[in-house]
Amino acid sequence: MKRFGFGLCAALCLAGLVACGERPQANRGDLDTAPYAGAKNAFVDPGWQAGDKVSWEQHLRTRMQRGQNDYSRIP
Amino acid sequence: MARMKFICDAERCIECNSCVTACKNEHEIPWGVNRRRVVTLNDGIPGEKSISVACMHCSDAPCMAVCPVNCFYRTDEGVVLHDKDVCIGCGYCSYACPFGAPQFPSEGAFGVRGKMDKCTFCAGGPEPSGSPAEFEKYGRNRLAEGKLPACAEMCSTKALLAGDGDVVADIFRTRVVQRGKGAEVWGWGTAYGSRQAGQAPAEGAKS
Repeated sequence: MKRFGFGLCAALCLAGLVACGERPQANRGDLDTAPYAGAKNAFVDPGWQAGDKVSWEQHLRTRMQRGQNDYSRIP
Repeated sequence: MARMKFICDAERCIECNSCVTACKNEHEIPWGVNRRRVVTLNDGIPGEKSISVACMHCSDAPCMAVCPVNCFYRTDEGVVLHDKDVCIGCGYCSYACPFGAPQFPSEGAFGVRGKMDKCTFCAGGPEPSGSPAEFEKYGRNRLAEGKLPACAEMCSTKALLAGDGDVVADIFRTRVVQRGKGAEVWGWGTAYGSRQAGQAPAEGAKS
């Protein structure tokens, strides 16, 4: 009986530790609309095709290089 | 595309606060809330350095780990966002965040804390991209408009870089090679792991 009580107590302690675990931080793209799908407003930058991920990525890369990389403009 | 990241080049930041202004203007942030701010290290001492700080959209986000209602999520681009309809304004994320990113607007009587507000990397929230509902809660969704975060695009000296982690790291690396100093990237070790900041990872540390 004493052994059973000890085992039960240990099991409860272990079960209590479950709450101390961390949830996995996986990407949850399903919770939001993908940015490459485009915004439904009048402020969308021209030069890329809404819904085309490759086009959106290329557009952002060009914007990064032209807008933020001084050395790409200075010979 | 790799995940979205911020880099602040402390050698270039002149503490002009244009990033702060651009952010507040773009998203119509209320008084008392600063999604981004400029911090000066060793202020007044020769050699002081300024850095622009906001949510770094961490790889292993502590805010996400401590949130009791699980309102945070990470997009496929690596941007850490949250759902204000789920947030209860408890403030746990504020204590957990090493960058002081979560902000709480005071609403109603007795300074009651409202829903948490933070930098969204100009990626809005769960509402349809570019919708008035999204703008009301989270501000403008510039990523869905094919633009980069307003703070980085408005930075007068291009100290603040934002975008694809590989591209911004490459831009920063070119600068460091050209000037021969200032290779320290403030906050990268904390946000993305010490290997990202060019240091050996500590024994048993998470990356």
